[in-house]
Order: sequence, then C-alpha cells, then structure tokens
Amino acid sequence: MTVSTAKRTTRPAYWAGVRDGAPFILMAGPFALLFGVIATDAGLTLAQAMGFSVLVIAGASQFAAVQLMVENAGIAFVLLAALAVNLRMAMYSASLVPYLGAAPLWQRATVAYLNFDQTYITAIARYEAYAQMSVHDRVLYFFGVATPITPVWFGATLAGILAGQTIPEAWALDFIMPIMFLAMVAPMVRSLAHVAAAVVSVSVGIALAGLPSGFGLLIAAGAAMLTGAMVEIWMEGRKT
Amino acid sequence: MTYSASEIWAIIAILGVGTFLIRFSFLGLIGDRPMPAFALRLLRFTPVAVLPAMVAPLVVWPDATGGAFDPIRALAAIATVLVGLWMRNPLWAILGGVVTLYGTMGLTALF
Repeated sequence: MTVSTAKRTTRPAYWAGVRDGAPFILMAGPFALLFGVIATDAGLTLAQAMGFSVLVIAGASQFAAVQLMVENAGIAFVLLAALAVNLRMAMYSASLVPYLGAAPLWQRATVAYLNFDQTYITAIARYEAYAQMSVHDRVLYFFGVATPITPVWFGATLAGILAGQTIPEAWALDFIMPIMFLAMVAPMVRSLAHVAAAVVSVSVGIALAGLPSGFGLLIAAGAAMLTGAMVEIWMEGRKT
Repeated sequence: MTYSASEIWAIIAILGVGTFLIRFSFLGLIGDRPMPAFALRLLRFTPVAVLPAMVAPLVVWPDATGGAFDPIRALAAIATVLVGLWMRNPLWAILGGVVTLYGTMGLTALF
C-alpha cells in the first residue's frame, strides 16, 4: 500500500504531457510513413532510412536531404540545406532556457534530442499558461509530450519502408500538418504584439518562399520576433 | 543516387550530430545563467514568429496540388485559426480545421 510520494508528485505532469502529445500521432504517423516510402524509393537501405528518423528526428529536414540526394547534389550542399531547415530549432532552444535552464545537463540534452516542432510548441504553451510549474515538472511534461509521438515517428517510418505504398493524395493528409501547427499557435496569440508578430511572420514567410528551404523562414521568424518585441514595448509605453 | 554507402552514412551522422547541436545550443550552454531582458522579450515571440512562416507557404501553395492554390485547404486553414482564437484550445481548432477540410471536400465531391 505504500506508494512513494516522489512517484505521486511526478506523475501528473508527465501524464498531462502524454495526453497533450497524443493528438500529434495523427500528424507524425502519415508524415513518417511518407518519409519511409520516399527514402526507400530514393534508394536508401532500411537501416539508412531508419538512421535518418532516429538520429536526425526532424521531418522537414529529412525530406529536404533525401530530395537533394535524389538529385545527386554535392554532399556539402545536402548538409547545408538540411541543417538550414533545422536552424529554427536554435530559436526553440533559446526560448526554452528561461523554463528549463536550471534542469540537470542530461535532462537538457534529452530535451534537446526530443525538441522538434510538436514537442516544443506543446510544451512552451503549457509553460506560458502555468508559470508556477517547477523545473522538474516542466522536464517531465516535455518527456510526456514526446512519449506518444517519438515511437510513432520511428514505427511509421519502418512501416513506410516495408509497405512502400504512398497514401492516396485524395485523403489530403498533407494538410493535417498545417492544421495542427495553426491550431497550436492560434490560442497563443494573446495581444496586439502577438498579432503583429504573426502577420509579419506570414507575410515575410510567403514573400521569401522562393529562397532555398529554411532561409526564408529564418528571416521571417527574426523579423516577426523583432516586430512583436517592438510593439510590446510601444504598448507598455502607452500604458504609463 | 550515386553516393557510396559510407557517404550516405556520413550524411546521416553529420545531420544527426548537427541537428542535435542546434537543438542543444542555447539550452546546453547558457543553462540557468540570466539572459538579457531584450533577448527574453524577443524569445517570448518564438512560436508565433516561426510556425506561421513555416505553414503559410504550405497553405498558399500546397505540395499535394503541385503548388496550385486550393480554396478548400485555404478555407480549412482560416477555420483552424478562427476556432483557435475563439475557443483558445488547440483540440477544438484541429477539429474545426479537419471538419472544414473534409466537409468541404465531401460537399464539392457531391455537387
């Protein structure tokens, strides 16, 4: 009958994360399946395709790399383009510092490995909404969010490699990803500053969509962050 | 594809290590040292600054249609944002977007 208090206190944050991460299975599943199919089509072995999903674990950059490899691009260019797609995660990393910076190094390293769009956006929304969360609970929550998504990412990649069948386009599963990201971001738009940042993000993102993958996004994100901060300062100035 | 097996593994390994280092960067090096106030202010806008720019081109020029504008997908995206702003809950927003996407696809298939 003796249940350790440590367990009792650690569980809620972890399980809240599992619950909030679970819907992303809908998105990670088809996306990883498609990667498995495309990687196999491109001529990668089972181990190589799985290596991408397990070691890189960043969907958009995996697709970019395989696409360029199919075109026989220079290795340096493949690396540069795929890493540029992932550079936004440096911004994620920096924005997690105020919340997770005090966690032990191994926990920060594990969070870093699991820090992709879905886990990041889910966790940061929770940290902002529950400012009183302890650092330990924040880490547990992050691990909780990653728990349902990560095995599905690996498993669906393997299923795609073995099945080798693309999902029919009529299912429009390509659009589940935009819907899920918009659904996560919209509730976080809480002030005029957030609206301004989002508008700049969309406009610059569309205007620079023709640049090599990743670069337009970085410029748009930087301009949007700066816009949000400046509007916030201007609003604070008007209040006083 | 004309790379050797070892070249492919080198690409995978370097991308793996490089991506991890990008993710670990600030979280690993800064730890709990204080950050400048203006940096913190900028970083609070990270989700709102990155994700709309990532999604917007996919809404205007979807991959699945070969980059042609698709009113159904655009409508689903707008519905997702509106429900998300209104209900303040991602799950309702997803539901709003998915119902709009498949509902409109179903209706256009019927008529």
